[in-house]
Amino acid sequence: MSIPEIMKTMDYGPAPESAADALAWLVDRGDRFGHFIGGAYSEPRDCFESRNPATGEVLALVSQGSEGDVDAAVAAARRAQPRWARRSGHERARYLYALARLIQKNARLFAVLETLDNGKPIRESRDIDIPLVIRHFYYHAGMAQLMEAELPDAEPLGVCGQIIPWNFPLLMLAWKIAPAIAMGNTVVLKPAEYTSLTALLFAQICQEAGLPRGVVNIVTGDGRTGEAIVNHPDIDKIAFTGSTAVGRRIREATAGSGKALTLELGGKSPYIVFDDADIDSAIEGLVDAIWFNQGQVCCAGSRLLVQEGIADRFHARLKRRMAGLRIGNPLDKCIDVGAVVDPVQLKTITEMVEKGGGEGEVFQAGQIPNRGCFYPPTLITGLEPASFLMQEEIFGPVLVSTTFRTPAEAVELANNTRYGLAASLWSENINLALDVAPKLAAGVVWVNATNLFDAAAGFGGVRESGFGREGGWEGLRAYTRPKTPTKVLKPLLPHTRPEETDVEGLDRTAKLYIGGRQARPDGGYSRPVWSPRGKLLGHASLANRKDVRNAVEAAANAKGWATTAGHARAQILYYIAENLSARAEEFADRLHDLTGQHLKSTRTEVETAVSRLFTWAAWADKFDGAAKGVPIRGIALAMNEPVGIIGAFCPDEAPLLGLVSVIGPAMAMGNRVVAVASEPFPLAATDFYQVLETSDVPAGVVNILTGSHAELAPHLAGHMNVDAVWSFSSSDLSALIERESIGNLKRTWVNNARTRDWLSPAGEGREFLAHATEVKTVWVPYGE
Amino acid sequence: MQRTQQDTVSARLPQVQDARNPGMALELDWVASVQANTSAIERRATTLPGRRSVKKDHQAAWLLKAVSLIDLTTLSGDDTPGRVRRLCAKARQPVRPDLLEALGVQSLSTGAVCVYHEMVPVAVEALEGSGIPVAAVSTGFPAGLSPFKLRIAEIEESVKAGAREIDIVISRRHVLTGNWRALYDEVRAFREACGDAHMKTILATGELATLRNVARASLVCMMAGADFIKTSTGKEPVNATLPVSLVMIRALRDYGERTGYRIGYKPAGGISRARDALTYLTLIKDELGRRWLEPDLFRFGASSLLGDIERQIEHHVTGRYSAGWRHAMG
Repeated sequence: MSIPEIMKTMDYGPAPESAADALAWLVDRGDRFGHFIGGAYSEPRDCFESRNPATGEVLALVSQGSEGDVDAAVAAARRAQPRWARRSGHERARYLYALARLIQKNARLFAVLETLDNGKPIRESRDIDIPLVIRHFYYHAGMAQLMEAELPDAEPLGVCGQIIPWNFPLLMLAWKIAPAIAMGNTVVLKPAEYTSLTALLFAQICQEAGLPRGVVNIVTGDGRTGEAIVNHPDIDKIAFTGSTAVGRRIREATAGSGKALTLELGGKSPYIVFDDADIDSAIEGLVDAIWFNQGQVCCAGSRLLVQEGIADRFHARLKRRMAGLRIGNPLDKCIDVGAVVDPVQLKTITEMVEKGGGEGEVFQAGQIPNRGCFYPPTLITGLEPASFLMQEEIFGPVLVSTTFRTPAEAVELANNTRYGLAASLWSENINLALDVAPKLAAGVVWVNATNLFDAAAGFGGVRESGFGREGGWEGLRAYTRPKTPTKVLKPLLPHTRPEETDVEGLDRTAKLYIGGRQARPDGGYSRPVWSPRGKLLGHASLANRKDVRNAVEAAANAKGWATTAGHARAQILYYIAENLSARAEEFADRLHDLTGQHLKSTRTEVETAVSRLFTWAAWADKFDGAAKGVPIRGIALAMNEPVGIIGAFCPDEAPLLGLVSVIGPAMAMGNRVVAVASEPFPLAATDFYQVLETSDVPAGVVNILTGSHAELAPHLAGHMNVDAVWSFSSSDLSALIERESIGNLKRTWVNNARTRDWLSPAGEGREFLAHATEVKTVWVPYGE
Repeated sequence: MQRTQQDTVSARLPQVQDARNPGMALELDWVASVQANTSAIERRATTLPGRRSVKKDHQAAWLLKAVSLIDLTTLSGDDTPGRVRRLCAKARQPVRPDLLEALGVQSLSTGAVCVYHEMVPVAVEALEGSGIPVAAVSTGFPAGLSPFKLRIAEIEESVKAGAREIDIVISRRHVLTGNWRALYDEVRAFREACGDAHMKTILATGELATLRNVARASLVCMMAGADFIKTSTGKEPVNATLPVSLVMIRALRDYGERTGYRIGYKPAGGISRARDALTYLTLIKDELGRRWLEPDLFRFGASSLLGDIERQIEHHVTGRYSAGWRHAMG
C-alpha cells in the first residue's frame, strides 16, 4: 500500500515483534529438550511436539516424562532439600534475587518464547506476564531473607510436586517455585504439555544463577507425568493450578497420603456493573477481564451482571468496543486477542457455544485469521442463571450476560455458582462497593478494576475454585508447617460394658444439640457410656446422617454469626468461659468418671479449657487483616473472613478441652460449627451444651453430635453445604475425609493419625486462626 | 436563533463534511449522571501505547496525517506580523517537498494557524488561497476573566477580521462551583457571537481539578453548541494528557450517540513528540473511529510537534537520523 493510500485508510499495518532470538535459542538447544533434573538437562526421550498455536508450526520436541524420570527428579529434590533448608534465609534470598535479575535481563526472550508457545499477544507476555514473574522472584527473595526472623516457628514441607497450566506458563511457574524455594523446599515442577518451553529456558536461568543442583527440577509431559508426581510416595506437597475436574482427581488421589495440598482451580467469576458506574471504564475493564489471554484465565470476569436499567445501553456500547478488538498474529504488537492455546481447546470453546449459545443472543466481533487457532470475541446476552453457559466455565473469549435489579440481587446472582475465585464490581458509590465486596463468595474482589495481580496480594479461591493462597504472607502457609513435633495417635476406644454393672441414680440420656435445642437422634439409638470402673454414666445418642443434615441446616440458618462484630463474639466466648468456670468441679468429676484420669489432671483440663476460651475470646476481635503494599495507587485489603460452616471431629483424648479447642477458634472467627464429640467419652460435650445454652450462643452457631466418627465422617465431609472439615479424631479418618471432600472441594484439616498436645500452646494459636479463616483480597484502586 | 449547517454555505470550513452541532437545551440530569473513574481511566491511558504500534510506511503515513491535523500555533506576547507570516508559510509547506515527493505525497498543509486576535489579518492575508483557516483564541484568553461584553465583542471582532475558527475559553469558576447553567449560558452566547465561524471550547482542564468535572464540562459545552472541545490554553500548569483526552472523547462520543452530531476534539499543549502524536491518533481511532482522523473533527494544538515529526519523516525516507536545522523554521 502506498503512503497516500495508507493516509486514506489509516490502517494500523503489521507491527511484528521479531521471533529471531527465541527461535535461535531453540536451535541452539537442538530443538529438542530433555528434563531438567539435578541441575542438568537429561537426554531427550519419548518426544512430543510443542507447536505455535497461531501457525501450527512445530517449535521444538519435548520429552514425555516417565515414572522413572519423576523418580529421578524427586530423588534429586530429596537429596538437595536438607542442605537447601539449612542454608540461611539470606543465602536463599541471594539465589532468588539472582533468578529475578537474570529473568529481567532476558525479559524479551522470555516474552517472545512465551507468545510463540502459548499464542498470547506479545503485549501481554511483555507487559504483564514477565514483569509479574520478575516481581514474584524479587518479592520472595525478601521472604527468604525474613523467614528466620518473621516465621521462627515455621519449617519447610520438603519436596514439593508442582503442576501448572498452560495459560500463564512462566507466571504460574514463578508463583509455584518462588515461595517454595524461598521457604527451603525443593521442587519438581511439571509445566503443561502445550507450553513447556519457557520452563525449560528458566531451567537454564537456574544454571546461570548457580542454583544448587536439585533445588529446582522440571519434568515435562502430559497428564501421565502429572499423575506420577501426584502419586509419588516421596513428595510432601502437591500444588496444582488447573481445571476443577483434575483438581478433584488430585484431591482423591492424595487423600490420606499425608501430602499437603493446595488447589487453584476454575472459575466463573462475576463482573458486576451497577447503574452508577463509569460505564465506559467498566466496558474497557471487560476487555481486560474476558478478552485478556483469549479468556483463558481462571479468574476471567466471564459472567457479566449488569443492572437492568442500563443494560441495553451497556450492551450496545460493549458491542461497539468489541468491534474494535484486533485479533491475529500474537507477535504483532498491535493485537488485542491472540491464538487459543491448542486445537483441542478451540474445539471445546466452539462446542460449548454451539451447545449453549442458543439460549441467548450470540454476538461475535472482529475478523479472525483464516488459519491458526483463533476464536472471535463473543458476547452472549439474554441468558438466565439457569442457562448452561451461565454455570459452566468456558475458558475462552466468551462473555455471558444477565441483568439484576438490586444490589442484594446482584450479590445473590454473583454467588449463585459452584465456583468462588474472583469478582469485579463497578460503582462510583463507595458505600455500595465496600458493602458488596465482603458479601461476594470469592478469594479476590476487584473494585472498579479487574485482573490486578501482585506478589504481595494473596490470590486463590473458595468453593470449587480450590483452596490455599498464592502471594503475600498468607501464600507462605502453602509451603511451610509449624515445627511442632508429633507422635502416632492410636485409636482410643470406649470403655466396654463390665461384667458387673453399677447403675445408680436417675437415668440420664444425653441428646444431640442442634439449632440451639436438645434433639433426640433421628435413628432413635443410643449407647451406654461406662466408666473404667464399670459405672453406668449415662446414655449417649448415636447420630446418623439425618442428624448431620439437620445440624448443617441449623448452622446454615445461623449465618448472622459471620457478620456479628468481633467484640460481640468475644463477649459470648467469655460468657461461655465464665459459665464453664462456675461448673469447673462438676466437669472435672465428669472427666474423671469418663476417662479414669486423676482428678488433678481433669481439673487441669477444665482450667485449660477455660483459658482456651479466653484465648479465642481474645482473638475474636484481633485477627486483623492487612493493607498490602501493591504497586498501584490504591489499597489491596487482605480481609480475614470466616470459612463458613465447619464440620469438626473433636479429639477423643481430651473430651472437654478438645471440644473447646475446636469450637473456640471456629466461633471466634465467625464460623458456625457442627462438632462431633469425643467418640469414647461423649458426655463432657453433652454437659457442655448446657453451658452453651446459658451463654447467649445464638441457635445454630454450635451444634454438637455424638456417635461414631467413622460413620458420620462421610456424611459431614461429603455435605455440599459444609465449607471445611477438621478431624482430630483418634480413628484415622484422614483418607476418608479427604476423599469425601471432593464433592464441593471443601477445605480439610486432618491429623493424619498424628498427636497434638491439647494442653500445650500447640492446641491454640495462629494455625487455628488460619484454618478458621479465608483471606479475601479486595483491591480498591482510588483517585479523583 | 440557532444556526445550523443549513444557514449558509460559508458555514462550512473547507474540510467540513458534517452538519454542525446546533446544541440543545441544558439537560442537568444527563450532566449529573456522568461519571469518570480516575484510576480506571488512567489504566486505560497508561496501557494504550503498549496496545497499539504503527511501524514503517504506516508510521510515515500516520505522521503525515498528524501534520495535516496540526493547528500551528503562536500565542506569544512578542508575536509580530513577520513571525506570523513565517508561521503561515510553514503551514502551507510543513514538510520539505523532497521528502513529500519521496513518500509519493503531492501536497500537505496543516489543519489551521492559530493566533491572537491582533494577528488575524496578517495570517488571513498570508494564507489566502491556501484553504487553511485562521483560528483566533478569544474571550479573554487564557484566563477568560475580562468583562463578558468585551469577550463577546472580541469574538465578533475576530470573525470580522477573517477568523473562521474561534477558540473560546470557558469560565472555570462555573465548573468549580457546579454552576452548569451559567456555563451553558456563557458558551451559548459565545456560540451565537461566532456565527458561521466554528467554535472550539477550551476547558482549561488543568484547572478543573477532577476528571468528572472535565466530563461534565465537556457535555455542557456541547449542549451549548460547541463544534470542538479542546483541553487547554497551553498556559495552564498541566495541559493535554491522555486521561483527560479519554474523558473528553468519551463525552463527545456519548453526545454524538444521543444527538447524532459529531463533535471535534483538540488536545493542546504538551504534545511535542512524534510518538505522542501517534498515541493520540490511536486513541482517537480506537475510541471514536477512523472518521475522526480528519481536520474537521480532530486537531493537535501544538507548536513544537511538527519539528519532531519532520525529523522522523526524514529518518524514514533516508534511514538516517535527522537534525532540526535541516528543516525550515516555522
